[in-house]
Amino acid sequence: MAGTRMAGTKNVRWKGKRGAARAVVLALLAIAVSLLFPQRPVRAADQPGAECLACHGDKSMTTSHAGKTISLFVDEKKFANSVHASFGCTGCHADLEGKDFPHPTPARVNCGTCHTAEQDLYARSLHGKASARGDPLAPRCVNCHGNHDIVPVKDPRSALAPLKVPFVCGQCHREGTPVSLNRPIAQDNILENYSESIHGEALLKKGLSVAPTCATCHTAHSILPHTDPASSINRRNIAATCTKCHSQIEAVHRKIIRGELWEKQANVLPACPDCHQPHKIRNVFYELGMANADCMRCHADEKLRRARDGKSMYVNLDEVNHSRHSLEGSQKVACSQCHSEVNASHVRPCETITHGVDCTSCHDEIGKLYATSIHGQLTGKNDPNAPTCKDCHGTHGVLGKQDAQSATFATNVPGLCARCHREGQKAAVRYTGRQHEIIANYTESIHGTLLKNGLTVTATCTSCHTAHHILPRSDPQSSVSAANVPATCGRCHHGIEEQFENSIHSRRVSGSAQELPLCNDCHTAHAIRRTDEDSFRLDIMGKCGRCHQEIAKTYFDTYHGKVSRLGYTKAAKCYDCHGAHDVLRVTDPRSHLSRANVAATCQKCHAGATRRFAGYLTHATHHDPKKYPFVFYTFWGMTTLLLGTFVVSGLHTLLWLPRAFQMRSELRAAEAEAAAALETPPANKKEGRDA
Amino acid sequence: MPDREVAPRQFVRFTRLQRILHICMIVSFISLALTGLTLKFSYTKWAAVLSHLFGGFESAGYIHRSAAVVMFGVFFTHLVDLYKLKRREHTSWRSLVLGPGSMVPNRRDLTELIGTLKWFVGLGPRPAYGRWTYWEKFDYFAVFWGIAIIGSTGLTLWFPVFFTRFIPGSFLNVATIIHSDEALLATGFIFTVHFFNTHLRPEKFPMDITVFTGRMPLEELKRDKPREYEALVASGKLEEQMEEAYPPIVTRTIRAFAWVALALGFSIVLWIIYAMLFAYR
Repeated sequence: MAGTRMAGTKNVRWKGKRGAARAVVLALLAIAVSLLFPQRPVRAADQPGAECLACHGDKSMTTSHAGKTISLFVDEKKFANSVHASFGCTGCHADLEGKDFPHPTPARVNCGTCHTAEQDLYARSLHGKASARGDPLAPRCVNCHGNHDIVPVKDPRSALAPLKVPFVCGQCHREGTPVSLNRPIAQDNILENYSESIHGEALLKKGLSVAPTCATCHTAHSILPHTDPASSINRRNIAATCTKCHSQIEAVHRKIIRGELWEKQANVLPACPDCHQPHKIRNVFYELGMANADCMRCHADEKLRRARDGKSMYVNLDEVNHSRHSLEGSQKVACSQCHSEVNASHVRPCETITHGVDCTSCHDEIGKLYATSIHGQLTGKNDPNAPTCKDCHGTHGVLGKQDAQSATFATNVPGLCARCHREGQKAAVRYTGRQHEIIANYTESIHGTLLKNGLTVTATCTSCHTAHHILPRSDPQSSVSAANVPATCGRCHHGIEEQFENSIHSRRVSGSAQELPLCNDCHTAHAIRRTDEDSFRLDIMGKCGRCHQEIAKTYFDTYHGKVSRLGYTKAAKCYDCHGAHDVLRVTDPRSHLSRANVAATCQKCHAGATRRFAGYLTHATHHDPKKYPFVFYTFWGMTTLLLGTFVVSGLHTLLWLPRAFQMRSELRAAEAEAAAALETPPANKKEGRDA
Repeated sequence: MPDREVAPRQFVRFTRLQRILHICMIVSFISLALTGLTLKFSYTKWAAVLSHLFGGFESAGYIHRSAAVVMFGVFFTHLVDLYKLKRREHTSWRSLVLGPGSMVPNRRDLTELIGTLKWFVGLGPRPAYGRWTYWEKFDYFAVFWGIAIIGSTGLTLWFPVFFTRFIPGSFLNVATIIHSDEALLATGFIFTVHFFNTHLRPEKFPMDITVFTGRMPLEELKRDKPREYEALVASGKLEEQMEEAYPPIVTRTIRAFAWVALALGFSIVLWIIYAMLFAYR
């Protein structure tokens, strides 16, 4: 066997002729010994490969290959304990089956003969491909699993027991190895980082054997670069990989990872390693994923422009650090969490970005609401006027609605909405409904006035229209749809909503199919005024009268209505008697106008009013003889008297007229006569005077 | 009447108190009419304008009630005056009521009415009227009637809480109608029939200021109240009742006031006609 050449690239040699002779001697000795000790020969003879061990049991048995000395020693003990012991040597070295000594150099053991699945995975893996290429650094089965001493991986003695895996991989992947020096691997200090990571600490320092090892994430056999879509550490798969252990991790990740979004739409979400850098994973929250510093290398430059359109790409980190996305002045959300799809392995990590920032990756629920809102619907139709998140919230400097500096702070909301909804602006010009001058009206309304005075809990645009679920009134889902208006107003005016919902104007109570009044029918939508303002008190009659036409008309036939029409605000208006929000049928015992309550209602204005006083017919009309006979007949009696008097006296006067004219002309004539007489005899004058 | 060189002596028809009462009544009546009709015709544009002029409805209400107090004052002062007259000139109420100067209509008024109607249609001569013609008596008692009807309903409406201790609340509705329609009758009558009978008759046109000055030329007395004149001459008491006429400055002032009253009255009539015919509801 000495000097024989083996097929393949390696030369395996015995340690020279002297060694060969020694081997023969040893073999013979062994036989002798086996004869001396009956047990051993029996065992040796029974055990498969005993023949082989006759030679290979010698520790000094070596061969040389490419100038290196290679031991051909097989530790009998270890082999006997290995999983493969029962197969004997030829179980793996099948080509030596039946071959006599000195046998030829055996072919490379093909583990795949038995381990087909693993072999397939390996063949497709980075390691397998390298091996197929003939890469001398490529690991094969034996490099990790060992050869004659393979025990089950579950066995603590296994070379691939969890605690040993980092060392197995580290053979090649630690710093300074040919692999780490000569092969393009993006990560540095892999083992060092791992050993300091929470995973490494658990495994290596605490001996927690379920802690992930290299293979847990990278798999054992189908190790692939993270750029490969099939890789377990590819962006698309990393979540699945991490959640093998961290199931339900969604729950602790705010609301980021709803449902399967993480797996299905990985592009909109940050992948685990964006925050939890590979190998360095800590048990504290990550300061940064893709290091912001990497981004700021370029984006801190105020002159940075986008080549495509010259848009400034400068990022004011200070702005970010004071934003909602910061935590106590430092960045809480990494650049790459919003600007996902970065690839840290690129010189310009951002060049792989294909989508704009999608806030819904974190703000998922709000995103869903927005998508159904009219703003979101328009965005979906690529309407250039549609506002997106940043139009209201800004970008890097986004602040919470609690921050007085924020555009979404209560006092700033009307101004924010006014950007588009002020008369003449882009939203107002495409609006075809009845509400106009909404910003001006709101500003002068009670809500607007209170807001101006700094009352931040008063209603702003978003209080009624919602912030993200804005829908036109015609949409049943809208917060301002007919069905939802009372509840929307009731969010603040709860007590009033309760009254209203128990009133006859509530559909639940009235059971009416007719259109029923809503808050805004009396109070208007945007120009809401204080109800004790004169204008409100005077307008309300017309408001009730829109539906209650007949009764409103008769109201104007009586004192309250007449003086109200003249602008007298103190006179009772509809709601002063009927109630404002708790209006009920007058036949309802709970009504303000029920028998039990009516006197008290009148007493609100007429101190000392009695039940009999309340008998005043506030809606009496002289046009209805059936309902108001007294009034009707009094009216016609008085009218008859009036007409009778005028007819009689008018006739008297008319008949008088001709005689009166006659008398007038006679008088004139007499006067002229007297004037003529005055000039002639003075005696006449005196006489006339005396007479 | 043509001016005279010296102030002529004129027949005194009304006492100073009567003249003052009439002026007070004019002021109060027109105030009541304007403010009250504002409410009655609240549906017209004019009502809103007037209400505004009065300083809003509330102050219009105060004006209305103040004027009503003046009217009551006029009424009761007159009653007191009548009582004094009875004490002064009559032995009994019967004598006051049935005496020659009485305002109470009597059989002669009926004959004069018939005679007047005959005269109108050319069937007889103009009756020789006495101190008070039947239409003047009608006007006089119309005021009594008006005060009673409008005043009582007005008080009811002024103090509804008090009055509904005795009457049902719905009577307030009835009172409202009586008050307002009777007021309409009163204003309509005064501003048309009374105005015509007293001022606008062609022979008196444009106005008769006797009620303001209290004096009337003797010629006028002879012509319009021949029976009274005869009686005065017969009793020799005429000269007792003659006084000097007021200087022109006084009559001019009186005329100016009367013009205002007339103009307001006519305006109110026009407004009523407009409201009743064109804006009625």
